[in-house]
Parts: sequence; C-alpha cells; structure tokens
Amino acid sequence: MVGGVNKKVFEGLVVTSFSWAIVGPLSMKYLADYGATVIRVETAKRPCTLRISTPYKDNKAGLDRSGYFNHFSSNILSLALNMESTQALEMVSKLTAKSDVVMENFTPGVMEKWGITYEFLKNIKPDIIFLRQSGFGSQGPNSRQPAFGMILAAMAGIPNFIGWPGGEPLPIGVSAYTDCISPRFAISALIAALDRRNKTGQGQLLDISQLETALSFIAPALLDYEVNGREPVRQGNSHPAMCPHDVYPCLGDDRWCAIAVADEKQWYALCSAMGKPDLAGDERFSELSGRRRHETEINHMISAWTSQHSAEEVTSVLQAAGVPAGTVKNAADIYQDPQLAERGLFWKMEHAEMGQFSHLGQGFILSGTPAQARTPSPLLGEHTEYVCTQLLGMSDSDFAAAAAAGVFE
Amino acid sequence: MLNNCRALDLTDEKGFLCGKILADLGVEVIKVERPGGDEARTIGPFYRDIPAPDHSLYWWAYNSNKKGLTLNLESGEGRDLFRRLAAGADFIIESFKPGYLDSLELGYTDLVRLKRDIILTSITPFGPEGRYRDYQVTDIVSMAMSGILYQTGDLDTRPVHMSLPQACLHAGADAAVGTLLAYYHREQSGEGQQVDVSLQQSTAWFLANAIPMYELNQIVSRRSGSFRWSMKSSQRQVWKCRDGFVFFNIIGGRTGAKTLFELVQWMESEGYQDEYLHNTDWERLDMFAVNQDVVDRISRPIETFFGNHTRAEIAEGAARRRISVCPLSSMQDLHNDRQLAVRDFWTKVRHPGLEEDITYPRSYIKSSVVDYKIDRPAPQAGQHNQEIYGSLGLSAEEQKALSLKGVI
Repeated sequence: MVGGVNKKVFEGLVVTSFSWAIVGPLSMKYLADYGATVIRVETAKRPCTLRISTPYKDNKAGLDRSGYFNHFSSNILSLALNMESTQALEMVSKLTAKSDVVMENFTPGVMEKWGITYEFLKNIKPDIIFLRQSGFGSQGPNSRQPAFGMILAAMAGIPNFIGWPGGEPLPIGVSAYTDCISPRFAISALIAALDRRNKTGQGQLLDISQLETALSFIAPALLDYEVNGREPVRQGNSHPAMCPHDVYPCLGDDRWCAIAVADEKQWYALCSAMGKPDLAGDERFSELSGRRRHETEINHMISAWTSQHSAEEVTSVLQAAGVPAGTVKNAADIYQDPQLAERGLFWKMEHAEMGQFSHLGQGFILSGTPAQARTPSPLLGEHTEYVCTQLLGMSDSDFAAAAAAGVFE
Repeated sequence: MLNNCRALDLTDEKGFLCGKILADLGVEVIKVERPGGDEARTIGPFYRDIPAPDHSLYWWAYNSNKKGLTLNLESGEGRDLFRRLAAGADFIIESFKPGYLDSLELGYTDLVRLKRDIILTSITPFGPEGRYRDYQVTDIVSMAMSGILYQTGDLDTRPVHMSLPQACLHAGADAAVGTLLAYYHREQSGEGQQVDVSLQQSTAWFLANAIPMYELNQIVSRRSGSFRWSMKSSQRQVWKCRDGFVFFNIIGGRTGAKTLFELVQWMESEGYQDEYLHNTDWERLDMFAVNQDVVDRISRPIETFFGNHTRAEIAEGAARRRISVCPLSSMQDLHNDRQLAVRDFWTKVRHPGLEEDITYPRSYIKSSVVDYKIDRPAPQAGQHNQEIYGSLGLSAEEQKALSLKGVI
C-alpha cells in the first residue's frame, strides 16, 4: 500500500508548523504523509516534550533518540530556530511568505509572545490559513491554562463512562486520548479552508479547541443531560441492550476475549460453541431481560469455558458461529497484527539514531493517492540548512552568519 | 465552505460522524435510509426516555445538519433511483458489509461509470479484505481488537470498556479526513478514488507510546487504573476532591515545573504550608527516577488540599492560575461551563414536532470567515424525499406510487 503510486494530494503545498507534544505531530502527519512540505520549527533550547520522553533507543536519552517522538514524525522537515533570537521573527516572515498554512498548538500566549498573530501573518501573506489548536481555544477564561490530553479528557467528562459501578472513574487506556481526536476535526476544517482559498483567494483563521472536539465523542450523553437531565453512571462492562457483554479470561497471562451478544440467535450460538446447547433452552436466560438478571451467573459459565482456551481460539470459534467476539489485543498483538500490517499501519524505516524503526502510518487507505513513507522522523535541525538556503533562498554567507549568531540553536 | 458538494450517506452508526463532519463544513449530506427508517433510530437513550423513531439521541447527535431520504436499495427501481442520485453526487459514504454494494451492482466500478470522478468512502470493521473481513463487531469488540481496551482499567481485574461507543467515532472522523483528502486531489486532478477506513485501524492509530515501548524495550503497556503507568513508584493521576474527582499528574522537569510551582503558591495562599513542597526544586524533579517516599511526601499535602475543595473551586483556581489540573466534569458542569459559554459552544435547535428548542453542542470550529452552526436537526425518515426526488423530475404521483411499492 505504501509507495507504489507516486501521486500526491498536497504536491507543492508548504506548511510551517509550531508544534508541541502530540496534537501537532498527528495533525502534521495528515499533510506530510500526503505530500505537503511540512517544516516544523523547533529548538534544542526548549525541545518538544516528546523529544525528551521515554522510551529511548537502548535506554540512552538524547533529543533524537525518543521512540515516542520518532514514532509520530515521519515525512516532516525540522528547522532549528531559536525563537528568543533577534532574527527569529524575520525568519518566520520568510517562512510565512513561502507557506500556504501556518499551524500551531501551543497554549495561547506563546505565539503572541513571539509576535506571531493572524494579523502579522496576513500582512506577509494575505491568503494565509492560520490553524490554531489549543486545549481550550484562543479566548475565554481557560484559554491560557496549559492543558494536555489526560486532563482534557477529564474536563470533557470521559472518565464518567469508564469504571465499575460504585468505583472510581478511570482514565481511558490511552490517557492522552483527546490528542488523537482534535487533529481529525482540525485537518478536515483545514482542507475545506484550503479549497475555499483556492477558489476565492481568501485565507482565514481557524481556531480549534481540543476540548470542544473531544465533546463530540460524548455528544449523545450531552443531549441526554439536556433533554432528560441524566448524568452518566459507571456500569463496568454491562450494556443495556446486550448480554452477555464483557471481557473474559483466557489461557495465558493477562489474556482476555471480549464477547457481546445482541440477540437470541447469538445467544444460542454462544451456548452451542461452549458445548452447552441445553443452556439455550434455560428459561432463566431467555431474552435480554432474563440474561441481564442473571448476568453474574452467565459470566461465570462463560469464563469457565474461555479460561480453557486461548483468546485467539475463542475469537475464531465464536466469530465462525456468528457471535461478535475479539481478542483483547495488547501492544505486542497490535505490533504483530497481520491485518494492520497488511494495511500498512506501521512504516519501518531506517533512522540515523533509531536504526530500523516503526513509524506510524495512517489509519485509512486512499486507493489513488496513498500515504507515502518518504523520510524517517527528522533529527532536531536536520533540515535547517536545506530550508534556509533551498526553500527560502538565503545565501550561504547569510546562512553562515545567522548560524554563527545562534539563530538556529 | 464546500457548499457546492453533495454526499450520499448510506452509513449505519459505524459511519454517521463522517457525514456529520462534512455536513458541518457545508456539504449537502443526504442521509439515505431504508423505507421506514434506519435501524440506528432504535439506539437509546431517547428524548424524554420515550422510544420513538425521531427520539434517538444518538441519531440526533450525529445526523444533525443532514437531509433525510428514504430509498430501498434492495429493489430494482430503488437502485435505478440511486444511480440517478449518484450521478449528481461528489461523495458516497457507506458502511455495509464488504462486498454488499458490489452485489447490488453499485460498487466502485459501477459508480465510476455513472460519475467518473466519484469518491466512495467505505467504513468497515477491519477493511474489505483479510482474515477478519467478515468478523462481526460491536464497540467492545472493536475496542478490544484495537488495543485501547487492554490498557483501560485496573491491573488486578479485567479490562473495562468505555460505555459510550468510540471506535465508530475514530473511524468516522478519519473517514471525513480521508474523504476530504480525496476531494482535494479531485479538485487538482479531476480524479476520484476510494477511501477505505477500518474501525480497528483508525482506533489503533493512536496508542501513545505503547508501540515504541514494545518495539524498543519489549515492554507491553498495561492497565494502571488511577495511577500512572510505567513509573517505578506509585503515582496518582485520579485524586478525590470534596464533591468528586480531580485529574492531575505530578510532572517534574521543564514540562511540569510551572504547574507545581503555581499549585504550591495557591496552597500557601490558603494556608496549606508544607516545607517539603516549598523547598522542592521542581525543574530538577524527575518523576521517572524518584522513590515512593518522595512521591508520598509530595502527594499527601496535595491530596489534602484537593480533598478540601470542590470541583468548581479547583476548576476556577486552576484556570486563573494557569495550572494543568482539571476536575472530572459532570454533564451539568459542562452545561454551565464559562469557557464553553464564552466560545458559544451551545446552541438552541428547533425540532419540528417538539414544543421546546433543544440545546446542542454547536460546533468545534471557530473560523474568521464562516459561522459554523446547526442549521437543521437530524432528519425524520424521508423528510426531504419530495425536495430531492422532485429535483430528479419525479412528480408527486410518481413519488406516491414508489412509496406504495416500498421503493422510497
């Protein structure tokens, strides 16, 4: 799926990105993987938090050795630019003049401190599209509160829906959950804005709030409160319209299979698959209401069966019988999952510090213009000279002088 | 934006969000239902807890701004009508079983003959090919197969599932991006294409650092409940407050020093003096290296402080002092939230047939040139039949006849 076709959606599109943590890189991916030239401005003076996050290659810390950073940053260019230097804003002006899009996801106030506002950018490039994507949005009482995915998920109420009855609310397993939600909404809006610019010649400011995008993932519950006054109640793995509906222990250490039964047909099929067809005739378990009443007992019986088999066996036996079931896959399973591998979720590329290393690909496949793994994640400042001299047209002597003045630290 | 485009949305609940995002951005999205209405209209909860076809809040949430059309694809006449609609569409979004549209002779190769540059977006549990192709899923199965479920819950017991469906939203939002990528390409090149979205893959797309953690160190990220994963010591991320819970990580070093400094200032301003907290150099604190004693000495006074404050007090203080701490919001908290109010997040939507206007989450986009809003609530089954079939040239009598035959 990767490579093959050479057409690129964003051929010729230039994006300058001031990014932090995960929302920035995931947003850049959608553009860079489809052919845009994405220039990430960063500095060793204050490296992105991902560059100083575990795991490191061979457990040795280093700005270019973080597995976290390098997993998410293929296909982009890294321009080292010390924003505290006196020439920084002039460099940003030069970048802006060549860019179609400027994007950022800092806490509001950071870009302003550097003098980079929509007005500033528009003066340089009238049709620029400026995409801002902070935790709470650029205005309001919370706008300058630093936020990251774990606390934004709480702010969005998500842990209300996770946990056992009477127990504590729990974070979702990928704790920075909102980080993968916001980029999808932001990039959808950005593509629409680019299309509009191509047709009208007008740019715009897009101001996305990560919190607001995350709320669309609980929208039915927001309406349930508005019209019925209902607050969520933690219900473990039980489901109002399906029973059994839970996660069952299988052979091995911490191995589980999820099973969900939506109707009588699936219930009979499950009973037969477990070698207990007589259970299907047991009146106590007929209909959803009967099974819900005896859920604990049913779960015990299913567990007794599943615990004698591997999760993969349970999955394939039940799926063959027409019962929704799936192995509770851990990171090793995902890494080795044949279906995901075939669809190109990970791109193995040689990285100067990481060696052969899996970079994240895309979640979907375009038949005509597939995402392309072109270059591994950049070393910090790897493309500084290229961007300055080739893209911005700086002379070699100007570049050397700026470098000597510490502009590119 | 995009208001010259039309999408035919054939999805079930696996794909609603895709069309919803396109509709919010200005595309004319026509939700095509079978005569009598979509199965997803039976998904609860319901308006005033009264189950009725136009009362499903799930339906409301993810189909607003769309128009509604009924059409029976299983009938020959229905397929003919669909072909006429497809000839005038930019996007077709579907989430049928792999191969279903082909079996109706409405697959991509058929559609291309009707509209050379059509974009067909297919949302399936695992993709159109491969060993899991025909697997049946519900949300708990998709979340299991995509790696998030395993990491959710406490390690001493089984993984716990988020009770609101999520995998379909990851896929739906990804499908919107994919569809628009294809559209952007079409506008440059005149070429259409297929967009193939898998619930498993879109959901597995973001597992934070779990994949590099496994690849580099062969460490499988596990569940850690209310505590942070992969720390040498036990570090809380869920804390009790007077009327609920607070989410907060103690992060040292440059990333978290400012928050800790400001939090301690706040505590001291209210008389919560603690010598250890006062004297700690937060820039030098490495939470990956600290022992349990240090964690406990930092945590105890913070725990007391949170325990004596309400969610509202913590939310207000954290916002004012710019501290990375958030209480767990109730739905009422969100309804009353000042930040969301300033951003015009809520809007009233008039529903035909209901006496009251309904408060909706408005939009996630603030644009300097376009006002994003909800123009219409989710459609009733066939609400726009007359308008759309009329535009194909079908008279009222012809429509009535087709309706009686169960075609529309």
